[in-house]
Amino acid sequence: MDISFNEDQVEIRNQARRFFENECPIEYVREMFEDERGFTDEIWAKMAEMGWMALRIPEEYDGIGLGLTDLCVVLEEMGRALSTGPYFSTVVLAAEALIEAGNDAQKQAYLPKISTGETRGTLALFEPDSGPDPGYIQMEASSEGDGFVLNGTKLFVLDAHTADFMVCAARTEAGDDPAQGVTLFLVDTKAEGVSITPLVTMDRTRKQCEVKFGGVKVSKDDVLGEVDKGWGPLLKVLQKAQIALGADSVGGAQKAMEIAVEYANIRHQFNQPIGAFQAIKHQCANMLVDVEGARSLFYYTTWAMEEEEPTTASIAASAIKAFAADAYRNVTTSGVQVLGGIGCTWEHDMHFYLKRAKFNQVTLGDSAYHREEVMRLLGV
Amino acid sequence: MDYRFNPEDEEFRKEVKAWLAKTFPEDEAPLKMETIEDRVNAYRSTQKKLFDAGYAGIRYDKKYGGRGGTMIEEIIVAEELAPYGATHGYGLNAIGMGMAGPVLNTQGTEEQKLQFLPKLLDGTHIWCQGFSEPNSGSDLASVSTRAVREGDHYVVNGQKIWTSSAHIADYCMLLVRTNPDVPKHKGLSYLLMDMTLPGVDVRLVKQLTDESEFCEVFLDDVKIPANMLVGEEDKGWGIALTTLMFERVMGDLNTANAFMREFHRILEMAKDVKRSGKPVLENAMIRQKLAQAYIELMVLKYNGFRGLSEVVQGGVPGPQGSIGKIIWSELHQRMSELALDIEGPYNQLMKDSAINMDDGFWQYTFLRAKGNTIEAGSAEILRNIVGERVLGLPKDMARAALKERS
Repeated sequence: MDISFNEDQVEIRNQARRFFENECPIEYVREMFEDERGFTDEIWAKMAEMGWMALRIPEEYDGIGLGLTDLCVVLEEMGRALSTGPYFSTVVLAAEALIEAGNDAQKQAYLPKISTGETRGTLALFEPDSGPDPGYIQMEASSEGDGFVLNGTKLFVLDAHTADFMVCAARTEAGDDPAQGVTLFLVDTKAEGVSITPLVTMDRTRKQCEVKFGGVKVSKDDVLGEVDKGWGPLLKVLQKAQIALGADSVGGAQKAMEIAVEYANIRHQFNQPIGAFQAIKHQCANMLVDVEGARSLFYYTTWAMEEEEPTTASIAASAIKAFAADAYRNVTTSGVQVLGGIGCTWEHDMHFYLKRAKFNQVTLGDSAYHREEVMRLLGV
Repeated sequence: MDYRFNPEDEEFRKEVKAWLAKTFPEDEAPLKMETIEDRVNAYRSTQKKLFDAGYAGIRYDKKYGGRGGTMIEEIIVAEELAPYGATHGYGLNAIGMGMAGPVLNTQGTEEQKLQFLPKLLDGTHIWCQGFSEPNSGSDLASVSTRAVREGDHYVVNGQKIWTSSAHIADYCMLLVRTNPDVPKHKGLSYLLMDMTLPGVDVRLVKQLTDESEFCEVFLDDVKIPANMLVGEEDKGWGIALTTLMFERVMGDLNTANAFMREFHRILEMAKDVKRSGKPVLENAMIRQKLAQAYIELMVLKYNGFRGLSEVVQGGVPGPQGSIGKIIWSELHQRMSELALDIEGPYNQLMKDSAINMDDGFWQYTFLRAKGNTIEAGSAEILRNIVGERVLGLPKDMARAALKERS
């Protein structure tokens, strides 16, 4: 038993911490928050040079072939730094879908270019009536010739406006059981009939889009995995993404707590630092309980995903999604309160963390959805 | 990251499992309310069996009746014992197993170890802890029970309160003031007190649970032999601290195991109990609360594992200990209240009712759990500790001024 990062992981973390402090300080985040694209090509290229795009991609596709925990080390730092840009959508959602479900030709076509940062992808999953349920997929893919035609609307698609391709989940057979009749398609974002509209969102460190599919033609070669059987591999991708969001939440909550505690130490009222008042101190202590609890669950989950049997791993993946995002929300909510007036301003950084926490809570199934998943997986 | 135990440890687990199955054929005993006599008898008989088989006092040296084993082996025994619930004595003699034993093992004299450890481990002795006083609760270092050295004895006068199980205890870990003329933390000592000594008067305090488990202990010219001093005179405050950091790890993991057993019982109850003719388990709000409890139990367990890993790797446990106590105490209150929510109107039925559920276990547990955020460091004191020692926030003005003076 050894619950700690190994030397390589510590090195990855240190490199990432330095990178974000030097290359993507909060000034960059602020600029990108208001920028429709959300990142600069320069930073994207530098991130690729760090090897982060290639981290999980197998070596035969020009990747590094590391594990989920290694990826989560980087993601925790990204959360801490409020990293902007399409890393999560490309590396965690699109690349993992290709790794999970792609055939050799598809992997050859996409993964080496993702590794170098040349290609960006995303996942088109949620629909106007899905609510928080990733399994509610009704968009139609009808068979035509030896291919398919996609019609419908996908919502809250991350970074579609800057992506080169999407993995789109659609129904090839009517019904409401995601395990039956859902197929994954690789769709070029420039394909005829695809229209992408960026949405005006609360957390603009992440960019979300509405994507309309009006008779978009895809060939059978662009079916990712098997027809009608897309949900199995997609679920595995989603579970890894849930853990990735857990990592982001832990990193963000840790930093938000540090900001609040620092302020509680230097801000004086009634002739003493406000952190000496138990009303403030105990809010800070609660932040630590949330952060350390989420961290303990996060470490276990990264390990469980690769080592435990599927049901146990799935429970852990839902548990971390709900708990870490809620913890992040709690920490940032108290964070604003500890900061007082300045916490309600645009000038202070806390609101960026609060907004990111609210994104992490609701995306890929909200906390209530994942608690219900835990119950389902417990067999009740 | 590796959450697995070594293959040798897993072999040990198999051995323990087999032994338990053979020794306690009534697996998964139902949760039920037991009288204190039942609990004491169950504790002593279980502990004796564990002791005879070499599974008691895993980390203690063989010459003190222990196994000379590792913390991991101790965790394994605790995990495997957990489903046997009420027959497992950790709860009844938590002070003996969690405090007296570890403190004596690390700080006691050879004579003390030989005298007390074997009888602790084989279930003979039950211990209590004389810490709190009527005027010394969270401000524990202010205790005023006085011990004056006279020849080869200490003469002790004062009053302790909230002393769990004092009425059934054989010995007491007693915190006393040996020097009133120095700052309060610096004049305290630890004595081992025989509860049968003349001048020890134990009175039960009836609790909100209807039960009496806490006691008042009046000490009137009690003569305690001087060789019952643990560590050095006036150094009592520091003695327990490091030892207990390690014990918190075991405590958190034991708690996680015990609560997981309670959780599964609550889940079963939600299947059985009806609301408008349908199982309560179909109620969305109840399902959300059940899932949240399960998730928090995972948090408690894996937070404890992080502390365990630090110990296994040769380090000192970090802040997880205090955090674990905050988590489990509040979680237990929510869980036991959830059990009442599930029972609905039946939750008013106490253990003597003919149609109660689970023999009134949840009524008792809900009420008893109110003490969880008070005993062994109140929720507020723990938050002060975490805020000041982990996060580095300043002490409040009043306490800082006191510190200045001391």
